[in-house]
Amino acid sequence: MQNFFNAYTSINLIFLLKGLWITIEVSLISGALSFIIGSILGVIRYAKFPVISMLIGFVIDILRNLPLLLIIFFTYFGLPNFGVRLNIMTSAIAALTVFEAAMFAEIVRSGIVSVPRGQSEGARANGLTGIQTMWYIVLPQAYKRMIPPLVSQLISLIKDTSLATIIVLPELTYHAQIIYGQNNSYIIPMFLAIAVMYFIVNYCLSLIGSWFGRRRHSQTAH
Amino acid sequence: MINILTTHWSDFVHGFGITLLASIIALIISMILGTGFAILEVLPNKFVNLVARIYIEIFRNIPLLVVTMFFYVVVTQFIKMNGLVAGTIGLSLYTSAFIAETVRAGILSVDKGQMEGARANGLTYWQAMRIIILPQAFKIVIPPLGNQFINLVKNSSILAFVAGFDLMYQGNEIASTTFDTIDTYILVGVFYLIITLPLSYYMRYLEHKLA
Repeated sequence: MQNFFNAYTSINLIFLLKGLWITIEVSLISGALSFIIGSILGVIRYAKFPVISMLIGFVIDILRNLPLLLIIFFTYFGLPNFGVRLNIMTSAIAALTVFEAAMFAEIVRSGIVSVPRGQSEGARANGLTGIQTMWYIVLPQAYKRMIPPLVSQLISLIKDTSLATIIVLPELTYHAQIIYGQNNSYIIPMFLAIAVMYFIVNYCLSLIGSWFGRRRHSQTAH
Repeated sequence: MINILTTHWSDFVHGFGITLLASIIALIISMILGTGFAILEVLPNKFVNLVARIYIEIFRNIPLLVVTMFFYVVVTQFIKMNGLVAGTIGLSLYTSAFIAETVRAGILSVDKGQMEGARANGLTYWQAMRIIILPQAFKIVIPPLGNQFINLVKNSSILAFVAGFDLMYQGNEIASTTFDTIDTYILVGVFYLIITLPLSYYMRYLEHKLA
């Protein structure tokens, strides 16, 4: 038991927190990027432009059905063969962004579908163009409905950054591995510590998500 | 690309088999566990509800990698098992939390009158749950469960971390011997898509049909 708490020296804890910061940083950057890209792709897929929408839809389906780990490997070990050499941080962000953008695109598309048709018909009847209708009428309502699934996708993203340990991204899981690699008796305390850290971050996010979900329900009920 | 496929055909097929096997075993275990925890969550007993809730929240909020590595690094110190077994256990527990959420939503979507009617007709709570409620719940949750299976197949690539000899692991081995990383990873991707893509289109079709 004494050994157990010895693992939590201030140096180790700070090292873990630095890892957690990288986890959050990478998640936020790729989350923001994939939110923007995903929104654009989702709208294009919904709009059913000839050829383009089908092509984008097909690419989204393929990306959604591949393991993220494969995309990480491809970006880090595959792209250099094309002459594209990214550093660890950039390739982790790129891989996560590509994968999550496909996920977000699907959420955005189904969010748009869930907005009643009368909204866009009414907007068009009042003289708004297609783009104006999308921007001012449909998307704001769609995003409000999308908050719970977007939040749970963000939680997945934070969990998925741990996969980037395989390309030695210095995030939380990797930092824990470094610490227990130096001392075997630190293994269990380190697993406990990172589990708690991930849990706190993700559980807080999920509480926020369900709060928005409940608020929307009570609004529509009135 | 054809060259890699023909020379390493047996490795690909072996990895594909392990991925499929691990996914199916994990699906069976996580269906049993998930349904169990879903029932615990709807039982009229606050303490049991809380236990189930804690289990579900823990596995939903911790990365699969951490769960799997826990079994591979920590539990193997006490119980001997290889990476494939440790990985499949990790996958099963992780997925069971998501399946529990899905099944719980299915149970709650069954009309309350069904349970009341069954009880009024003399069935015990468990009989009513097994014969009346669960069959109706499962019919509703087939598409989301199918999507969970797709996630499971994708997530089984975690076995590559624990020397599980799955498709992703074999892919890495082939990539590091042939140095042709791009073609190898594309082939690995195609093998994954063989399972996941038709399944996801079928689930979308089922969703449309049910909706």
